[in-house]
Amino acid sequence: MIFTTRQLPRSRTREANVWGVIAKAFLYAFLICLGIVVIYPLIWMALNGFKNNTQIFGDPFALPAGLNWHNYVQAWNQGVRDYVSVSVLVTVASGICTVLVSAWTAYGLTRTKMPAKPLVVGFVLGGLMLSPTVAVIPLVKMMQALGLYNTYWALIILYTAFRVPFSTFLIRAYMLDLSRDLDEAATMDGASEGQIFWRIILPLCRPIIVSCIILHVLFAWNEYLFAMIFSSDPNSQTLPVGLTSIMAKHGTNYAEVFAAMTISALPIVIVFFAAQRYFIRGLSDGIGK
Amino acid sequence: MAVTGIKSGTGFAGAAKRRGAGGRPRPRLRNLFSFRWIAAAVILIGWFVYYPIVDNFIVSTTDQDIYTGEVTNVGLTNYDRLLQDPVVWTSLWNNALYAVISIVFQVFGAFLLAAMIEGLASEKWRRFWRAIYFVPSAISITVTGLLFYFIYQPEIGLLDAALRGVGLDVLIRPWLGDAQTAIYSIIAMSQWQGFGYSTLLFAIAIQKIPRELYDASIIDGAGPWRRLWNITFPLTREMTGLMIIVTITGAFQVFNEVMVMTAGGPNNSSQVLGTWLYQQGFIEDNFGYGAAIATVIFVVTMLTGIAQLIYTRRRRVQF
Repeated sequence: MIFTTRQLPRSRTREANVWGVIAKAFLYAFLICLGIVVIYPLIWMALNGFKNNTQIFGDPFALPAGLNWHNYVQAWNQGVRDYVSVSVLVTVASGICTVLVSAWTAYGLTRTKMPAKPLVVGFVLGGLMLSPTVAVIPLVKMMQALGLYNTYWALIILYTAFRVPFSTFLIRAYMLDLSRDLDEAATMDGASEGQIFWRIILPLCRPIIVSCIILHVLFAWNEYLFAMIFSSDPNSQTLPVGLTSIMAKHGTNYAEVFAAMTISALPIVIVFFAAQRYFIRGLSDGIGK
Repeated sequence: MAVTGIKSGTGFAGAAKRRGAGGRPRPRLRNLFSFRWIAAAVILIGWFVYYPIVDNFIVSTTDQDIYTGEVTNVGLTNYDRLLQDPVVWTSLWNNALYAVISIVFQVFGAFLLAAMIEGLASEKWRRFWRAIYFVPSAISITVTGLLFYFIYQPEIGLLDAALRGVGLDVLIRPWLGDAQTAIYSIIAMSQWQGFGYSTLLFAIAIQKIPRELYDASIIDGAGPWRRLWNITFPLTREMTGLMIIVTITGAFQVFNEVMVMTAGGPNNSSQVLGTWLYQQGFIEDNFGYGAAIATVIFVVTMLTGIAQLIYTRRRRVQF
């Protein structure tokens, strides 16, 4: 009796192992195939930047004849450089403004004796529900009236205004979890609200602020609707809009367009891999809380 | 809230008087001074986020002459026109299609994929797959849209070449130039681009489930499917619900990929509300009608936003 009861689970385990191995093989095969479907088009894009037009019209699966950087250099000199500088400027400026304004707001909402807090929280976070598409026509009228239409100032202001609700939401959640001991001690020692913010709270919030910056970079570098509508002037175009201009201008020179696309995708992929940890924290705090 | 405002107002006056008499300001005044922390955000959001939404309703009841700039009030005429515009109905249908297909792949598909990845034994490989699938989401939709514009092209594209390679010549077509397939091709690109993002979010949700629950169910003899259905799925239900709502909201705001790949064509077959708004408001210079289309997007996103609010207020899964 004892013998059989011991043997039974063992044979069951062995059977499970066989099925387990087969299931595992299928699982890995699936993950690898999906990985190829995801990555191969991107590699194809980068490789096409090394080809010339004759090769591009040949076998699409063929590898380029060699590492010919000509198209990349050409794309860089024919506009991509300017688009990159506008994109960097807009991303950095709106990123700094967004993080500062959000951190101030989150501080005001969590650490001060400000009245009407729930009302302000509702007002700021309510901004999360409003979509840029709906606001775009009135914003054009407004920017024209302010004389900011067709300048990157319009983009810096709008990226900040539309991202402050989300960043505030993230930073506020983080500040609510911070212990109050330190700032209470500082208040006892006579520190002002300003001193407490800059010297104590802001440094403590560094992890979530890094996450906010990463998420903002990803947003501002890739944003298209506002960028397209508020920068028809070639000198204030960001990369996504600039790419469509290149496409319209040099649309027949496919290789150069592929090179330009690769140049514009590369920085953000590098940022993602370098800052994955912060990025994932931002995402999980943003949707999980 | 109004009551608080009035109270602090009197406090302010009182404090000012007392200060005149040489005393320290009452705490109330200092509390009001704390408003400086939120002032920048309130001004920015009020001016550039809330006010345009209100203004949009006003614009939608007007007609602007492009040449003279003269604005006339036309009441609800633009909304009348909206109901009779066949392209608006095509757009609504395409947006809905976007939502449904995205829910299948980017919510349920991503959930299954995340469960598969999180079931792997080595943390190194879990991290690897999560990162690989996420890469397209980091890249701008403009780049991925242009990339697929080329992939779908008959002469140089990968898709038709691959179909020819496996002998499925009957399927070969100009995917974006065919009114039957244009919108589906765009949606397919969007799935390719976005599934890694939601997979990452589901992976984070799955990681929060305590390991003991799985250990206990393995001891009870439950197989992987049972564990998936009895533990993983119910305990990530909150995330699933949230993702469905977020996906619907996103589907009704689609603009970038359609603009880059087809600009709504051929023959308006791939128009969505966002691109039709752009076409009417900015190409045909008809701000009033464009604003009316924007109102439709506003109504849909407002409904999903309220649904999200109600959903997240409900009691959460507690461990």
